[in-house]
Amino acid sequence: MNIHEYQGKEILRSYGVAVPNGKVAYTVDEAVDAANALGSNVSVVKAQIHAGGRGNAGGVKVAKNQDEVRTYANEILGKQLVTHQTGPEGKEVKRLLIEEGCDIQKEYYVGIVLDRATSRVTMMASEEGGTEIEEVAANTPEKIFKEVIDPVAGLMPYQARRLAFNINIPDELLGKAVKFMMGLYQVFVEKDCSIAEINPLVTTGDGEVLALDAKLNFDDNALFRQKDILEYRDLDEEDPKEIEASKYDLSYIALDGNIGCMVNGAGLAMATMDTIKHYGGEPANFLDVGGGATTEKVTEAFKIILSDSSVKGILVNIFGGIMKCDVIAEGVVAATKEVGLEIPLVVRLEGTNVKEGKQILNESELNITASESMAEAAQKIVELVK
Amino acid sequence: MSVYINKDTKVIVQGITGSTALFHTKQMLEYGTQIVGGVTPKKGGTEVEGVPVFNTVDEAVEQTGATASVVYVPAAFAADAIMEAVDAELDMVICITEHIPVIDMVKVKRYMEGKKTRLVGPNCPGVITPEECKIGIMPGYIHKKGHIGVVSRSGTLTYEAVHQLSEAGIGQSTAVGIGGDPVNGTDFIDVLQAFQDDPDTYGVIMIGEIGGTAEEEAARFVKENMDKPVVGFIGGRTAPPGKRMGHAGAIISGGKGTAEEKISVMNECGIEVAETPAVMGETLINVLKNNGIYEKCKTH
Repeated sequence: MNIHEYQGKEILRSYGVAVPNGKVAYTVDEAVDAANALGSNVSVVKAQIHAGGRGNAGGVKVAKNQDEVRTYANEILGKQLVTHQTGPEGKEVKRLLIEEGCDIQKEYYVGIVLDRATSRVTMMASEEGGTEIEEVAANTPEKIFKEVIDPVAGLMPYQARRLAFNINIPDELLGKAVKFMMGLYQVFVEKDCSIAEINPLVTTGDGEVLALDAKLNFDDNALFRQKDILEYRDLDEEDPKEIEASKYDLSYIALDGNIGCMVNGAGLAMATMDTIKHYGGEPANFLDVGGGATTEKVTEAFKIILSDSSVKGILVNIFGGIMKCDVIAEGVVAATKEVGLEIPLVVRLEGTNVKEGKQILNESELNITASESMAEAAQKIVELVK
Repeated sequence: MSVYINKDTKVIVQGITGSTALFHTKQMLEYGTQIVGGVTPKKGGTEVEGVPVFNTVDEAVEQTGATASVVYVPAAFAADAIMEAVDAELDMVICITEHIPVIDMVKVKRYMEGKKTRLVGPNCPGVITPEECKIGIMPGYIHKKGHIGVVSRSGTLTYEAVHQLSEAGIGQSTAVGIGGDPVNGTDFIDVLQAFQDDPDTYGVIMIGEIGGTAEEEAARFVKENMDKPVVGFIGGRTAPPGKRMGHAGAIISGGKGTAEEKISVMNECGIEVAETPAVMGETLINVLKNNGIYEKCKTH
């Protein structure tokens, strides 16, 4: 799960990790009030959307007085902001962060991620702040320093010091930099983050070490124990079909094609998309109904697929393990009866209770094209939507 | 021969009284797996499916002589269950549970350092040595005893591969699902080494997917350490970057972990990669023929 920058900074602040003073604003008036309350000479007006690259897209402006705050807030609120992460349609800005300006001396990068190769949480730091870390990794990998963290000990001060020295934080700010890093690690583990990225981390003229930006993502699997994080969820930032799917524990991702897919198992779901593409079709979605699907879940999955108006045909590909084929078949029949099906449907069933499943489909008298193999099923649906 | 498990493996089921665990305990018993006990706290002394239930793993091991366990307990408690099994010094823990928080698995991995137990999973279909022992959730009937090792990050794609092989008369020595999470116990290289060491395994199918670099590392291992033919498949060629494709570990991030990258490294290391999942079996059979071991691998 992703959250907004201002929400991330709220969390950081609560852990004693230094961030500039700031307030969220939903309207232009709120933005001006926020700037007044902050009382700083210079304020920064920042678009709050779940995507990076806001600065280059005109979503971050420095205002020298209240009039400028009003002008910029007016300009940014309601704007479709197009960044390299939003796609060409962009994202509408509905919230602003109004923040006090600060006297930046130098920009750095600090991030925490899981290192899959070592199965350990790893802190990375670089002197090349403000640039995307992937770019730094590609061009000047020697400028990225890493500390692998033992989960029992946690991040140790010597590791934070070593990072700070490596990225040339001035000696007089060492203590503050270490405190910052230790706090950030605390946030990462206690809040079940999947990414905690501060880019840039800045040192200021008045001797502070601050998070100028904050990107915190959270492990979806841990949200059951992070109720306060769940409060931060902004449904405006998510695809409505993906929201609907998540209510039923379905793993759904919208894509651009016209062949709806319902598959069990993430691997098979991906491979089904690949196979459709291989035969010249375009998948409309990734949908894994999971292991423990019920008839109700399958029905909902079907409805979600059909709610996408670009879907011109559906491929159901099931290899039952935990998932029983008869449950899928019942769901397919129930769903088609409930929502009515006017587009081609190809079903391929294999695995646990396959006989019962096929029988249910045969007896349903629905217009379903049965298929014995995955390749055949993919070819058939591609043919049918042409 | 086989790897990891065989007809003599005695298994306990952690979380045995849950509905999924019950269903699969029944299926495993029907397959012939020696399920000798189950564990559910506070249900000790009862019996399900003719299997005695214990309060703790320790007690179950002591009473039954089990050497392996399979974990079905819910995600919030799964890390604890794995560590309990590790503490009881089982040889093998197979964790089926999905959606375990990644920080929990980081702790589990640290906890396991220096301990004897091998963990397979989590978020995996389990391990099966056909016609001997099935530990997990895979449909048993699609498997056939034979000489091909299967290792995969995906459950249903493993079934797909196994099904294709069995239909073509090519049996399997053991099929190992290593799971779709970013932090897991046994990795590709562990299983590949085991297949290389198993005299009864003649060839291997390795099924990967987008995310991480485990397939690339495995491919290099194959090139340097294996003389048995290995073919592969990578799921997710059409997956968009930055989106988690169902499995927690299946995500292309920062341009890393793409199918193209994996396939190209695998090809460089001499691993033939199936173009679609529909031809995984066919791809292996061609490679077996080219290596002159097809007849040896045919089981009927």
